[in-house]
Amino acid sequence: MSYQGKKNIPRITSDRLLIKGGRIVNDDQSFYADIYMEDGLIKQIGDNLIVPGGVKIIEANGKMVIPGGIDIHTRLQMPYRGITAVDDFFQGSKAALAGGTTMIVDHVVPDPGASLLEAFERWKEWADEKVCCDYSLHLDITHWNDSVKQEIEVLVKEKGVNSFLVYMTYKDLYQMTSSELYEIFTFLGEFGAIVQVHAENGDIIAQEQARMLEMGITGPEGHVLSRPEELEAEAVFRAITIASQTNCPLYITKVMSKSAADIISQARKKGNVVFGEPISASLATDGTHYWSKNWAKAAAFVTSPPLSPDPTTPDYLNSLLASGDLSVTGSAHCTFSTAQKAIGKDDFTQIPEGINGIEERMSIIWDKAVVTGKMDENTFVAVTSTNAAKILNLYPRKGRIAVGSDSDLVIWDMDAIRTVTAKMHNSVAEYNVFEGMELHGAPSVVICQGKIVLEDGNLHITQGMGRFIPCTPFPDYAYKRLKTRRQMVVLRAVPRGMYDGPVSDFSSLSRGGTPAASARTSPTKQTAPIRNLHHSGFSLAGNPAHQGAPTEETPIRPAGRRIVVPPGGRSNITSLS
Amino acid sequence: MSVSGYQGKKSIPHITSDRLHIKGGRIVNDDQSFYADVYLEDGLIKQIGENLIVPGGVKTIESHGRMVIPGGIDVNTYLQKPYHGTTTVDDFYQGTKAALAGGTTMIIDHVVPEPNQSLLTVFEKWHEAADNKSCCDYSLHVDITRWHEGVKEELEVLVQDKGINSFQVYMAYKDLYQMTDSQIYEAFTFLKGLGAVVQVHAENGDLIAQEQNKILSMGITGPEGHALSRPEELESEAVFRAITIANQVNCPVYISKVMSKSAADIIAQARKRGAVAFGEPITASLGTDGSHYWSKNWAKAAAFVTSPPLSPDPTTPDHLNALLACGDLQVTGSAHCAYSTAQKAIGKDNFTLIPEGTNGIEERMSIVWDKAVAVGKMDENQFVAVTSTNAAKIFNLYPRKGRIAVGSDADIVIWDPDKTNTISAKMQKSALEYNIFEGMECRGSPLIVISQGKIVSEDGNLHVHQGMGRFIPRKPFPEYVYQRIKTRNRVMALQGVSRGMYDGPVHEIPATPKYTTPAPSAKSSPAKNQPPPIRNLHQSNFSLSGAQIDDNIPRRSGHRIVAPPGGRSNITSLG
Repeated sequence: MSYQGKKNIPRITSDRLLIKGGRIVNDDQSFYADIYMEDGLIKQIGDNLIVPGGVKIIEANGKMVIPGGIDIHTRLQMPYRGITAVDDFFQGSKAALAGGTTMIVDHVVPDPGASLLEAFERWKEWADEKVCCDYSLHLDITHWNDSVKQEIEVLVKEKGVNSFLVYMTYKDLYQMTSSELYEIFTFLGEFGAIVQVHAENGDIIAQEQARMLEMGITGPEGHVLSRPEELEAEAVFRAITIASQTNCPLYITKVMSKSAADIISQARKKGNVVFGEPISASLATDGTHYWSKNWAKAAAFVTSPPLSPDPTTPDYLNSLLASGDLSVTGSAHCTFSTAQKAIGKDDFTQIPEGINGIEERMSIIWDKAVVTGKMDENTFVAVTSTNAAKILNLYPRKGRIAVGSDSDLVIWDMDAIRTVTAKMHNSVAEYNVFEGMELHGAPSVVICQGKIVLEDGNLHITQGMGRFIPCTPFPDYAYKRLKTRRQMVVLRAVPRGMYDGPVSDFSSLSRGGTPAASARTSPTKQTAPIRNLHHSGFSLAGNPAHQGAPTEETPIRPAGRRIVVPPGGRSNITSLS
Repeated sequence: MSVSGYQGKKSIPHITSDRLHIKGGRIVNDDQSFYADVYLEDGLIKQIGENLIVPGGVKTIESHGRMVIPGGIDVNTYLQKPYHGTTTVDDFYQGTKAALAGGTTMIIDHVVPEPNQSLLTVFEKWHEAADNKSCCDYSLHVDITRWHEGVKEELEVLVQDKGINSFQVYMAYKDLYQMTDSQIYEAFTFLKGLGAVVQVHAENGDLIAQEQNKILSMGITGPEGHALSRPEELESEAVFRAITIANQVNCPVYISKVMSKSAADIIAQARKRGAVAFGEPITASLGTDGSHYWSKNWAKAAAFVTSPPLSPDPTTPDHLNALLACGDLQVTGSAHCAYSTAQKAIGKDNFTLIPEGTNGIEERMSIVWDKAVAVGKMDENQFVAVTSTNAAKIFNLYPRKGRIAVGSDADIVIWDPDKTNTISAKMQKSALEYNIFEGMECRGSPLIVISQGKIVSEDGNLHVHQGMGRFIPRKPFPEYVYQRIKTRNRVMALQGVSRGMYDGPVHEIPATPKYTTPAPSAKSSPAKNQPPPIRNLHQSNFSLSGAQIDDNIPRRSGHRIVAPPGGRSNITSLG
């Protein structure tokens, strides 16, 4: 790599870069072109670019140039009962960059009852101090009340957060009931946010955990035995049902099993707006390791939902990722040291949950999906970067190589082979769940904010160089269809004459309360009996047969006519039909 | 078919219908059809075959080659369900009369206690009412409307002393009958231990409550609001959840009232995966659809209100009949629960107050024949299976009921596949003034119905009197349901991995954690100490999970994992 022009520049001014001879791979097409970057932005793309002097040139030699990866799910520096995940924002984002990921989206986890805004500010402070790549934040909603609503409004409108995670598990801690989920989905849907769901049936898990412990199963295998994949699939199904009722986009974090992934792809075929996120671990390894005789190893795999013991799972998830049924990939990187995991050495429910994968994510997908011929390079870009940018409403600033986009680029060496080992990885954790795995494909140069951060295997980074990237609500990718549906799906009452027949007496003080207790709190407006010939029923539910032929029936009952029920006998009124 | 004279010479003053000889019929069971005569005595089938030797003075029925089938069993009726102080217009007398007229010789009714009532007391009440009025044999399901410790004792008594082996739980009716997932888990666990059949009313009550509020606040108060607030996704969601929970507990599950294609598909898929799940479509879901909720005639629209609602998708009945024919759905009920129009009108300004229920006890057999057999979806043997035999098997009445065999109860129907009936409220036996199947032409209907060895219906004339029906007690652990469950219980025992004690460093956590542990349930259960670190070479792990790569690498016990402060120790032997 040499300098163009004559001026002798004392040190690398890496804010002016020219990548020559690379093959640009976006999610829609691949083409050969040079890229010129300045001030952290892509300024020109094409052949024979006219660039100022003193520009550093990188010869790509025909290698792929792809948009930097976006890891849409990390939990760096996550606090858990007084301990903190060992990879903080510095270590974690360093590992991310080393693996070709130039942006992360971290989860803010407020304690239940604590202020969301305060937690958000705390996380932002931690990150701003240490993070080496650009980042955004998801907020986890761990309790639900009116003050949370106000905070969410502020977060969406002023703080640049557009995605919120709710939990269907962790009973009595984070778990939400179906009613709460309905309210949250409705509320977030109005603000144009993305609803993320940790989908597992917490009620049943709590029961199963108690049963396992009673049976004397206390090791990490109890973790997966008490969280069978059916409970994941069930919760995914329920979340999709609720989202479809509330007409809200849904994002399933951590798709760990075949059955959960199947539910998502079936729902997408039915037209639901739902996105699934498999993670590095579920794409590359499986849950047989929970039965390892080595406690420390088995515990390293503990995460929720757990890895499926079915060894065909990674293959299957990679296929669905390639076909587009699953949309994005994260790492759910959340590393606790073995000593921290050992808090649960006598009780698997106490093992801090989390798994590594921030550094390995891109290589794993390349190796498992692209090298095997399941996926092409364009889809690779889509699932590692572009789709995430679209969901977060950051596209085309992120996730695409185009003029005006951020200059977050990776020169990808598809022939490189790396062996994953805890010795060499950038994480602080002393284990790596992918230990010994040989992965094809690795970044050879990583450019973040227009600066070379990885070159020849060396990282050039400083703490705090990453920026917070605010996300705006109503991403088109998720909301365009829903906006149209909201206009179409208008429910209307049937205009009919007032019922004027006899009404049975009934005790208003019923013995068991009304079947629909909720009905009492809502105003029961009576529609005016105006005949509206344009009336349409629920349009998505298939046209009710009667819509087309309302004239066949007596539209309004003759007002003077009374239905008489003679005592003790039937009146044989056939005109009722 | 017609009752011809008396055999033998003695002049018998009146019909002693406890001795009957059915000649020239084609007996149709669920497994085969064959020509044979049947001789009945004392309410039992005594002989089957040709040229039977029967005593004198026996009434003979010539069936001229018509089908002779086991009497129908209606597994789901609500013949005296109270609602806000009113009671269904069809009581046990009216209802069972209608049942017999349609070829059904046994019903299983639901006992619905209010959440604060004792199951036993209410059971006795239902029992007494039915004993006084029922014209056909009956049994009872008990609905568990509230789950608490006290219920368990009552359930044990009901199963062991009272002859009840089926209980229904509700996933809908929020704040009234609805149970949480935890309660359902506990109820399933407990009922499985008793060997009972667990029935589920599957709808997501939380979401329904939300949707009802929404629909009412939009000003939709008519019966269409009932269907709009209970879309079929909420039914299939609950079915999926119920089956998931049942699988966890290894408990059989019976979905009552399968009303939509999506719910039926979930059951079919689950059965393919091996779940012990049964689905019960009802007369209404097999014969009509939910487009009528949009009828301009309020009374008509309200007549269709039941839960889960009929699906507005008009292809639903066809689909459900197809699944019934192929065995993915097993039994049919009527969910007959008849409220008059005046009673329905309690909800004239608010659809959530409309008492729920549709008719169908009389039409059930004819509708299945017309929609499934007459169109070639189903054969006559499967018809017998879904209208009678499977119900008898699931509820442990087989082969006493549900089969024409020597020793079985003499509940027999002579079925005429060619006779066409037009359903009409004018002609029905029910006390209702409407019929949701009004005007439907059905092929197939019973010519003669024999219950307890007596002719109770003949050419449309009923010979019944109140209270002639008997209570049929049922034993727990029906083979049809529990055989697989028992085997699975044996083979699916879980075992922990026996490994050396972890002896590495343990991070200290503050004595008082900032908030509760993620698994509070763990605290309530005795966390027994780890199994002793004995290496058991016969130890097998969870057998379904495939082999473990590294089972043969025991950790060296002397090896300590050292985590130096602030840095990583690069322990690669962990892999």
